[in-house]
Amino acid sequence: MLYQVTHRTTYRYGSDVAVSHHLAHLHPRELPSQRVSGYSLAVDPIPVVEDEGVDYFGNRTSYFSIGSPHDRLIVTARSEVRVSAAPVPERTPPWQEVRDRCASDRLTEDSAAGEFRFDSPYITRKPVYGDYAAASFPKDRPLLEGARDFITRIFRDFKFDPRATTVATPLDEVFKKRRGVCQDFAHFAIAGLRSIGLPARYVSGYLETLPPPGKARLVGADASHAWLAVWCPGHGWIDADPTNNLLPSDRHITLAWGRDFSDVSPLRGVVVGGGGSSLAVSVDVARQPEQITI
Amino acid sequence: MRAAAGPVRPHWAPLVAGLERLGREGLRERGENVRQLLREHGVTYNVHADGHSATRTWELDMLPLVIDAAEWAELEAGLIQRTRLLNLVLADIYGPQTLLKRDLLPPALLHANPGYLRCCHGIRPPRDLFLTLHAVDLTRAPDGRWWVLSDRTQAPSGVGYALENRSILSRILPDEFRESHVQQLGNFFERRKAGLRSLAPWTSAPHIVLLTPGPYAETYFEHTYLARHLGYQLVEGNDLTVRDRRVFLKTLEGLQPVDVIIRRVDDTWCDPLEMRSDSILGIPGLVEAARAGNVAISNALGAGAVETTALLAFLPALARHLLDQKLLIPNVATWWAGQEKERNYSLGALKSLVVKKAFAGQGELAFGERLDSTALQELASAIRANPHAFVGQERVALSTAPAWNGYRLEPRPLILRCFICATTDGFAVMPGGLTRVSAAPDSPIVSSRYGGGSKDTWVRSSAPVDESAQAEMIPPAPRQERVPSQVPSRVVENLFWLGRYTERLEDNTRLLRTVLSRLAGEGGPAERGELAALTRWFAHLQLLPPRLAGRLDEQQLTSEIRELVFERNRAGTIRDMIGRMGFLIASVRDRLSGDTWRIVNQLQTEFPASMSRATPGAILQALHRLIFQLAAFNGMEMENMTRGHAWRFLDMGRRLERAINLLANVRAMLSTDPESTALGPLLEYTDSTMTYRRRYLARPELPTTLALLITDETNPRSLSFQFKALGRHLKELPGAGEAKPEEIQFDDLNALLTNTDIRELAGEGELTRRRLETALKQLLDGCWELSNLLSASYFSHVPARVS
Repeated sequence: MLYQVTHRTTYRYGSDVAVSHHLAHLHPRELPSQRVSGYSLAVDPIPVVEDEGVDYFGNRTSYFSIGSPHDRLIVTARSEVRVSAAPVPERTPPWQEVRDRCASDRLTEDSAAGEFRFDSPYITRKPVYGDYAAASFPKDRPLLEGARDFITRIFRDFKFDPRATTVATPLDEVFKKRRGVCQDFAHFAIAGLRSIGLPARYVSGYLETLPPPGKARLVGADASHAWLAVWCPGHGWIDADPTNNLLPSDRHITLAWGRDFSDVSPLRGVVVGGGGSSLAVSVDVARQPEQITI
Repeated sequence: MRAAAGPVRPHWAPLVAGLERLGREGLRERGENVRQLLREHGVTYNVHADGHSATRTWELDMLPLVIDAAEWAELEAGLIQRTRLLNLVLADIYGPQTLLKRDLLPPALLHANPGYLRCCHGIRPPRDLFLTLHAVDLTRAPDGRWWVLSDRTQAPSGVGYALENRSILSRILPDEFRESHVQQLGNFFERRKAGLRSLAPWTSAPHIVLLTPGPYAETYFEHTYLARHLGYQLVEGNDLTVRDRRVFLKTLEGLQPVDVIIRRVDDTWCDPLEMRSDSILGIPGLVEAARAGNVAISNALGAGAVETTALLAFLPALARHLLDQKLLIPNVATWWAGQEKERNYSLGALKSLVVKKAFAGQGELAFGERLDSTALQELASAIRANPHAFVGQERVALSTAPAWNGYRLEPRPLILRCFICATTDGFAVMPGGLTRVSAAPDSPIVSSRYGGGSKDTWVRSSAPVDESAQAEMIPPAPRQERVPSQVPSRVVENLFWLGRYTERLEDNTRLLRTVLSRLAGEGGPAERGELAALTRWFAHLQLLPPRLAGRLDEQQLTSEIRELVFERNRAGTIRDMIGRMGFLIASVRDRLSGDTWRIVNQLQTEFPASMSRATPGAILQALHRLIFQLAAFNGMEMENMTRGHAWRFLDMGRRLERAINLLANVRAMLSTDPESTALGPLLEYTDSTMTYRRRYLARPELPTTLALLITDETNPRSLSFQFKALGRHLKELPGAGEAKPEEIQFDDLNALLTNTDIRELAGEGELTRRRLETALKQLLDGCWELSNLLSASYFSHVPARVS
């Protein structure tokens, strides 16, 4: 499926910002199931310095800084991405085997993925999260079966409610209120999996904005979306979206991944001055007609 | 000191001989001298525990730890090897990670390690030096062998305390020091400075700054002390800014490039853009500047990754692999519970081990043998739940050294912290170090945080010490061109407010004395009249409650004044302002001389804490004393501070404050005292009584009094005098003469004062009195406006925030 993505972030400041520094994770990743055929980043006002880079997790980053007083900032990322459904293995190993293989002291593919078993800035493992997750992982259950069951339970037990949380709401509160948005559900799911020793990573991306005829509109379109991925030895990472209770196929576009939101925030900034500020984000993901070769 | 009950070891001999000469009384006296010097030097350590903060005076035992030359030579080689090794480990884990690929390090050692900073992966620091200052904590087994307990690789503290310990002890025991042929510390600091300069090859005269979290930091004393000693600017995160991937210092004259940062801020707090977004201590964009290779940081961001005690067990193999050498100083046997075999061993042997958090700064020690069975079980389940976070360490019997406890010598367990720095072409070990002893003879915990003491460390030289020979090895610092003053804007602002608060303190003290001297006196009719006028005047300034205005209830009045002097939790009391002054002093401590610091320190500690029953006479005594001390402070600052921008802002603060207080008090008196009963107290308050008497040989009258206080340019307490000083300062500021708003404001004010005929306005008549009122009000408002304009022009450094 071919998509045209436009992601615009607009900051308005109460008074002039003297200097600002920003770090963006807005460039979609190149993957076997995802090809990026076009990308541009437009920043207004024009930055004094711009630097493209690749972070520790292999995500493409843009660092930019604005050095003259400004009272608004508009960052527009445009990309053209072709997505196909990633294969999902039919059989997966028992979950305890996955846990143990990832804990090896020797460097293997599995112990490298083991990096995502530990605490990260937004996610701290806790016995209560582990207890919640454990209900989906009885002894010897295949990993993927457990993971599907786990995200289904989150989908049922938690209510999507954009007013319940902010970026700063701690996981404990999300768990207690059983409410939140895609980012909270992804963080909670990751916390549960890590608490029973399974590696899980955070994925940031987009959803198709308008559903194709006959299909339901997905929750979390119009904004950037987030889900998670679990590690499956011999296969690789498998994406799972607890907000929509499904395994992503060709309607999810992957921007970046990391241990949690803090590693891959689409646009992070530090401003000097500025008084109060308001933020508006708009995301448009439009399905493009397939080109017909004449 | 003695080999078990044997004779004194030879390297201790000169010291022991000296102590025997001193005798018990002599020792006690020296011990007192040490405490006295520490207090006077203001050597402190800030303790934050259980939500409480306290500033503790540093503790230094008068007996040094003595190490002989041969033993030291061995240690030195081992320490340098260790620094080289850890540097290579850092270069690998932040680069190709071959150590993981070759199974020399388990991947979880990085993955579970909060000190391993992913955003720093791929950054190569100048000269590939991650560690340019490394601290190693060592302990000595009873058989005399040294063992490594742990490493400090982030932003090690202690170098400054070691230096201060030396400066005190070499004074307390001068003969013993000389006879022991102790190696000097100075050379180490010169080599460190040369090493820091070599980190910025892009310039011939690198600008080096010391980054501190600020006055609340545990070791803030050391930050100010080192900045002064090394001759570097002490800066806070807010003083620095990143533009175009270069770091700059915000100064009065504009942005000055910075080449090397010695950081005493933990790395995750250093850049809110790429690390902890809640940090207000950092510099946004610093990681990007380091990535671009435009700034050297000592130690490099991410260097804390090798502080973990989990690494200890792997070092022997790493030394063989990376250096092809045997690890010279062994580690205390350590088992990281992140590995299965090691975890099982630790859980089995829990009772005989010391359990520590694996990752630095995360927790305390648990001594297995001191735990009951419930506590042991809890510890075991904590380890099972999060095994990567723990290590078990062999319980080493710490060797002891004799320490003076105030009455006698007693043995105390000790830990020696050694320091290794990068030089221009290698590494150097400080010949000495910071020895710390436990708080009690039977306590195994050795930490400044828990109240242990410290010792100077004397490394003996085999021959008499020849400093000149050592000094030749250091390449000289490049000749500095004349550089701008480079005073950070924050420092200038703090000095401005220090000037204001010091003056306000003095002013209020003088004001309160006028009432107290009358309350304490005989109380003749004239005095009683003045006192009544003063109560109305004070009530007008809201110093006294309205109900006391004009009343002569001496008991009530005394109790109110007592509160105005001693109350801690009310803004504007003498006690409150002493505290504010202390805080501001601490924040600019690296700018003030040692003598100035001692005066302020004395002022802070000597002022009585509370005097719930103090008589007016007793309070008066305390205030007299305070005035002397403030005079000493002012004298120091007038006679000793270089006339740069720093001093200029301090003095502007003082002048502006004096002008404001004078105007406010004259207005208060005029509006509450139509008969001018309180002209005597007004002259007293402005310290102008003598001048008035000599000049007018008469009882004070309003026109002549106001002329003396407002327009007389020769009276250092007059408004004109303050204005003249302010005018001179304003002309010297950066950007002067460009019609800046504060200059325009000042010119207007000055014109207003010059055109005011104060004698005429002080004459009789309703209308003239109103004109006087208006003129005084305009002057007062104008002074406040001037203060605001100065702030906006020179101090507006808005803190950064994350969005």
